[in-house]
Amino acid sequence: MSSESEMRRNARDGGTQAQVLQRWGMLLGGGALTVYALTRRKPGIALAAAGGLLAYRGATMGTGKFRARASFAINCPPETAYRMWRMLENLPIFMRHLESVRERGDGKSEWTAIGPLNTRIRWNAEITEDRENEFLAWRSTQNSDFQTWGSVEFRRAPGNRGTIVTAEMEYVPPGGVLGKAAAAIFGKDPEFTMREDVRRFKALIEMHEIPTTEGQPHGPRSAIISTVHQIYPEHRKPSEYYAGERMAAQRRAS
Amino acid sequence: MKAVCWMGTEKMSVETVPDPRILNPRDAIVRITSTCICGSDLHLYDGYIPTMEQGDIMGHEFMGEVMEVGSGVDQGKLRVGDHVVVPFTIACGNCFFCQNQLWSCCDNTNPNAWIAEKMMGYSPSGLFGYTHMMGGYAGGQAQYARVPCADVGPLKIPGGLPDEKVVFLSDIFPTGYMAAENCNIQQGDTVAIWGCGPVAQFAIRSAFMLGAERVIAIDRVPERLQMARDGGAETINFEEVDSVLDVLKDMTGNRGPDSCMDAVGMEASGHSLFYATDRAKQALRIKMDRAEVLRQCIRACRKGGTVSIPGVYAGFVDNVPIGGGMNKALTFKTGQTHMMRYMRPLLERIERGEIDPSFVISHRVPLDRAPEMYRVFRDKEDRCIKVVLDPWADGARAA
Repeated sequence: MSSESEMRRNARDGGTQAQVLQRWGMLLGGGALTVYALTRRKPGIALAAAGGLLAYRGATMGTGKFRARASFAINCPPETAYRMWRMLENLPIFMRHLESVRERGDGKSEWTAIGPLNTRIRWNAEITEDRENEFLAWRSTQNSDFQTWGSVEFRRAPGNRGTIVTAEMEYVPPGGVLGKAAAAIFGKDPEFTMREDVRRFKALIEMHEIPTTEGQPHGPRSAIISTVHQIYPEHRKPSEYYAGERMAAQRRAS
Repeated sequence: MKAVCWMGTEKMSVETVPDPRILNPRDAIVRITSTCICGSDLHLYDGYIPTMEQGDIMGHEFMGEVMEVGSGVDQGKLRVGDHVVVPFTIACGNCFFCQNQLWSCCDNTNPNAWIAEKMMGYSPSGLFGYTHMMGGYAGGQAQYARVPCADVGPLKIPGGLPDEKVVFLSDIFPTGYMAAENCNIQQGDTVAIWGCGPVAQFAIRSAFMLGAERVIAIDRVPERLQMARDGGAETINFEEVDSVLDVLKDMTGNRGPDSCMDAVGMEASGHSLFYATDRAKQALRIKMDRAEVLRQCIRACRKGGTVSIPGVYAGFVDNVPIGGGMNKALTFKTGQTHMMRYMRPLLERIERGEIDPSFVISHRVPLDRAPEMYRVFRDKEDRCIKVVLDPWADGARAA
């Protein structure tokens, strides 16, 4: 059996034996850590979160392709949600890994993502399907080093209770350093990243801003918490604030 | 500014921290004039609710003067200089839940919704000073606070009303009122209320407002039982009787109260075998909540009656007699308070002189004394019922 087909099979079946062991180790270890952290006398959010991430990583690793899906009901007509998403330059407001999206017309666009140590990954994308107020799909163009597919569906919720927005994305990271960077951005926890992205999209529409506590005062933190914040810095982008300001200006104008 | 910070279980301290600033366009900054310690803060003090971090600023019952508003705050709704009471729940005003008056279930105000979702399935609204799972917002036991979605929550207070009459509109008066409303009271009903803390005191008075003929309040602290009687309730001291359930049966002719309220929550006290196992499990950290009162409520309630649960629970309970609940056709109603439904109507009751909420205050002290008052309040020393803190008083002089 050629190594390539073996790799494919491993990817399909969830990995080699070593990967499977590693995966279960992470799952069980992470789960136990979370339970421990949540139940001890001085409950540790950081420990719980670390455990959760570890377990999550265990649950999602082992395939060569990253895939994620998230669905949120948003209290607006499909038109509002579609218009916000269709203006692709809005995406970096709520998708934290994106630095910018530039539309070049006729459905073509240039995407830039921010990687670890300020690396940048760029690719070109084209819209492959666009049904107004219903559905939008795009994919990276043939000549990009980075393969990605995305789609978002806008469906009127039963009883006219807003719109169910369902986004799906898929990535195949390239090899080499670029692949490592891509994996660090998208592969860390694709489902979680996607959920939080779509949650921010919902907040932007419903609340007209994205909720945050970053920058609020607090007393002295413990050494452990400070270290965790160093390792996993929060990264609210300034554009999240400015998006709220723009929406406030629009409200005042109307 | 000065702020009361959670530094660990049973460790509160007044720290000097940076002043808050506007972080989102719909924010406001409030200079706090009065702030309180809530019974639910004691669950954090005792370390029973996970996801507190050392350094978190406490407090969710506060009021003050608006110092600054963000560019997204509608000037018709809130301006610099307004005197406001700030509700403890934060609501966006536009989501499905806010538009259906379920304000404490707001979909958008908890930036850490994913943590709450892991525990509860879906996340309720963000709260001030009440764990990272519930948003991680800095609280109001401080000199200033940042108030998000300031065009939805804060209630403007007309001049002439002193803080002590209106500050409890931030939580315990609406919470007691909603707890009574959740009892589904019909004219002439009998309501039994477990706990005679500050929320229960407002629930007693609210139950009468809503048409109850008889309120029976249960506690063991003499001054709290006296306050309940002052509000028109009959009382049972559970330390002095063999069985609260038998006494209630006797008082209601073997019918039971029409509704039963658990105004105690996760740190209940009792004498049963289940209570002993609750304590043991809490001590071993294999569960969070002691549910002794909830069990009694379900058993005591009359057939077809209603159980109302304003008491705070954080996680899981066991040995709940759900069989009794099912076979007796009980209705259960609960929830964090949907503050914005109740604040204005209750302010009007205060303005009309129907109630003066300041009756519940036992201690007025400077903010600097908060750490000590947490312990006094928890241990019910010095006849402590409700503590109001002044963030600007000179600690040494006023003490």
